[in-house]
Amino acid sequence: MANSINSSGTDTYVGTARSRVDGPAKVTGQAKYAGEFGAPDLAHGYVVSSGIARGRITAIDASAAEAVPGVLKVLTHENRPRTAWLDYNYQDAVAPPGSPFRALYDDKIHYSGQPVALVVAEDFDTARHAASLVKVAYEAEAPTTDLTAQRDLAYDPPKKRSGIKPPPAPWGDAAGAYDAAPIRVSQDYRLAVEHHNPMEPHASTVVWEGDGKITVYDKIQGVANTHGYIAGVFGMKKDDVRVLNPYLGGGFGSGLRPQYQLFLAVLAARALERSVRVVLTRDQMFSFGYRPDVLQTVSLGSDAEGGLQSIRHDAISGTSNFEDYQEVVVNWSGVLYDCDNVALSYKLAQLDTYTPSDMRAPGAVTGVMALEIAMDELAHETGQDPIALRLKNYSESDRTEGKPFSSKSLRACFEEGAARFGWSTRNPEPRSMRDGRELVGWGMATGIWESMMQQSGAQATLTADGKLVVGNSTGDIGTGTYTILTQIAADTLGLRMEDVTTKLGDTNLAEAPLAGGSWTAASSGTAVMRACQDLAKQLFTLARGLDDSPLANVDFERAVFKDGRIAVTGDESRGIAITDVLAATGTDTLEATGSAGPDAAHQKAFSPYTHSAVFVEVKVDEDLGVVRVTRVVSAIAAGKIINLKTARSQILGGVVMGIGSALEEESMLDHTLGRFMNHNLGEYHVPVNADIHDIDVIFVDEEDKANPMGVKGLGEIGIVGTAAAVANAVFHATGKRIRDLPITIDKILA
Amino acid sequence: MNRFDYVRPETVADAVTAMAGGSNARFIAGGTNLVDLMKYNVEQPGRLIDITRLPLKTIEARDGGLSIGALVTNSTVAYDPAVNERYPLLASAILAGASGQLRNAATTGGNLNQRTRCYYFYDEATPCNKRQPGSGCPAIGGVNRIHAIFGTSPNCIATHPSDMCVGLAALDATVRVAGPEGERVIPFGEYHRLPGDTPEQDTTLKPGEIVLSVDLPDEEFGPHHTYLKLRDRLSYAFALVSVATVMKLDGDTIRSARFALGGVAHKPWRDAEAEAYLAGKPATHETFAAAANIVVAAAQPQSENAFKVELARRAIIRGLSQAAAGTPQSQSDKRIA
Repeated sequence: MANSINSSGTDTYVGTARSRVDGPAKVTGQAKYAGEFGAPDLAHGYVVSSGIARGRITAIDASAAEAVPGVLKVLTHENRPRTAWLDYNYQDAVAPPGSPFRALYDDKIHYSGQPVALVVAEDFDTARHAASLVKVAYEAEAPTTDLTAQRDLAYDPPKKRSGIKPPPAPWGDAAGAYDAAPIRVSQDYRLAVEHHNPMEPHASTVVWEGDGKITVYDKIQGVANTHGYIAGVFGMKKDDVRVLNPYLGGGFGSGLRPQYQLFLAVLAARALERSVRVVLTRDQMFSFGYRPDVLQTVSLGSDAEGGLQSIRHDAISGTSNFEDYQEVVVNWSGVLYDCDNVALSYKLAQLDTYTPSDMRAPGAVTGVMALEIAMDELAHETGQDPIALRLKNYSESDRTEGKPFSSKSLRACFEEGAARFGWSTRNPEPRSMRDGRELVGWGMATGIWESMMQQSGAQATLTADGKLVVGNSTGDIGTGTYTILTQIAADTLGLRMEDVTTKLGDTNLAEAPLAGGSWTAASSGTAVMRACQDLAKQLFTLARGLDDSPLANVDFERAVFKDGRIAVTGDESRGIAITDVLAATGTDTLEATGSAGPDAAHQKAFSPYTHSAVFVEVKVDEDLGVVRVTRVVSAIAAGKIINLKTARSQILGGVVMGIGSALEEESMLDHTLGRFMNHNLGEYHVPVNADIHDIDVIFVDEEDKANPMGVKGLGEIGIVGTAAAVANAVFHATGKRIRDLPITIDKILA
Repeated sequence: MNRFDYVRPETVADAVTAMAGGSNARFIAGGTNLVDLMKYNVEQPGRLIDITRLPLKTIEARDGGLSIGALVTNSTVAYDPAVNERYPLLASAILAGASGQLRNAATTGGNLNQRTRCYYFYDEATPCNKRQPGSGCPAIGGVNRIHAIFGTSPNCIATHPSDMCVGLAALDATVRVAGPEGERVIPFGEYHRLPGDTPEQDTTLKPGEIVLSVDLPDEEFGPHHTYLKLRDRLSYAFALVSVATVMKLDGDTIRSARFALGGVAHKPWRDAEAEAYLAGKPATHETFAAAANIVVAAAQPQSENAFKVELARRAIIRGLSQAAAGTPQSQSDKRIA
């Protein structure tokens, strides 16, 4: 393990299993979400959505809606107040290149489900009823939503999305080496479009504070993004806007970008000079971002024993007709395996849909699925054990960037995961294992995700009663950020967790990035640690300055912060309680800030990645094609683990979502209507309890220096590779290779 | 959701009278389907007649069988000792559907009258002949993986979503109803209808009629029954195909067998020819396969649901095997017996 945070060399909280500090608030209903905050005189908005996917609005008749008692306003493109007109003003912190969608902007319809009116009323039920009375006439055009039909129009996006690495330049001669390879595997892979479907629907409550000031509760994974968006779009001073979002009922990336309900709620509040709340329905949760449809081809050439001689991975991803959404789909194939001839490509094709958006491990879920099924196919073709094949081609450095890894403990994941799973007793022959009527299959796959860090601030305030408050503006999207920041702060200053309060999701707090990319623990964690270290220095200075100070003539480096005291290393009886320091110096409050960001020198020298090995057992009814995932072992190498309990929960959630993506999740498009049809949770299937059995999580030891705490992040790695492991297990059970996920009964029977 | 009047009669007669008052009235009990449909603007009743006070909440012996009041909840039926002793197939079919919370609210009569889960029916932005007669059926040639393979019409390919009704169809239940013209009894197979040219009509209930009870005949099957449901996840999903089976055996010979399929038609689907074929045959895989082949010969799949034909064939074989062996499918253990 990396060094401790506490100056004594031993942490009390970091590295242990701790229950969520926000757990009691959540389970007792005290935790409030964006759509639950109220205001006196709150008005309610209900969105009217487009039923066509492409064309224009020819007329809107809102008279019947406006005539309903209690209706305050029906906003449409015809009567909306002016907002900014430059695309730049609508581009939020993670917007892809292009022209961001503008609700109620003009008569043009870009996609089915597009908001075309907002009905604002005194209460929700009136608004909903009146919304059903708004008559919208369209001139419809035939939409294009079938990616396969757009394949020939695919293009290399001219502008690259910030933070998304384009595919590396090819090296060697992938085509020539493939043609010359004794063993060749080349197949197409596809993963269905998925919608994030967090439990909490998107909602914004805009509280009108008077004098043009607003307080906004917005479902967002980091309030700074909403703050900047409102300022840009509505030309408001940031000081006139405060944005809060203390809790999220799940985000999975759907809350990275400000969504149209925010725009509409602010628009209405300003128009009416009144507080307004807009909550989307579950069906409307299918009217913005999603994990895109991607057409993939992976071609592997190897020697007879599976040594890779060529890797080609080509992807064509759907995007909207107004933004070039991009994610990292193919690069993983160059990072994960050591091969001298590699060519990777990534193109886009436009569809009449909303822009896709980052969804848990964006790109990796899609690309690694294809690569890791292809590797299983190669293992089968060459008669190699899937783990042995991966070890044979194990990359010791990141050839896409020509850098060593900051650390890579994937071997340990293979070893510990395989041992826990019992992999060594596997009969490699498909259809060789059986339990009654069920065929048994064991499959495995590798997972990989980039370990990132973002510039982040933090603040810490210590009061005379010995209580510490830390925090910043990032969001806890359910990952456990409140808890780990509390642990880090407590250990840095040697306080009890009970004496530390973490505050998040408020633009009045120190600015911090969106919670996403699995970077929050490293970014906000380090910033909080540094703010607390600054407090420690201030406390030490105060303590040493006291008359007859027990720390007289002691350097800060020799001080130890432990059990609420500042003491001398090696002679801990020499010390003073922190509260006594504050009392003796008449200090009511002590404040500090901290900041953290990626280390440029380290970034230049190393490639930081998290890794995993996922092992899956499935049982498949031989006649009926019913698949049960009976066992999963997920072995994770993610550097230092701050909280074993919340960390495990992140991996469990990732694995469950991976099982869903392997077997169930699918947003079904009607290409004639250009519309997602199964837009509710009855028909869009995510795993239920009956689908989930034993999931065993292993964290292997890994020391990493990509950031000061040695933390690599955990929000995403649990899902990556899981779908491939399930698909590989289904192949092992049935002998049927399914490359078009989700694997549903019809595909098994086919 | 529109504005509506609300009345709460105390007697069946008052309920029938309230319905006759017009204004596009609907009966409401558990509301597990109707309220959703109102939120989706699929149903826009001018009046809701809350029937939860009506005296239709008992399960009682009748003509040697059982009579289940229309307002008995799905949970009560599923855990009723008499039902479990005599008609365990019914309990099993109920437990295969919905969730504990929904079954606690949903009623027997409501289950009969629940509406299809066709995506297009629920989505007022799309045409649908069932929701808006004459507007068209985009499910034909559209997203129709979950749709019907039997008894469809050029106007509608929707399925009836109930599990309970599939069990009731196999059990040869009857439905007692009351209306402006008095009481009548409808054989279960005639209660739901095929879409034909009037897909907006799900049942043969006449205007103003209300379900009083579902009655089960005096029959015993011992352990020779099963409800087998195949779906896209292991719980809380509508059937792709389900099969309810009851069987009477003389040793290894089938004396009689009845089975109904769910998820494949606008009503629980039975095939008299296949059932007649089974009578007197040995209870073997070959017999079951031959019966299954008779059923699926009539299938007319859509663009995305041809798999249901083969799935139905295999499900029938497995269902008949389970019933013959006296090893009914467990609804808690998701492994298929």
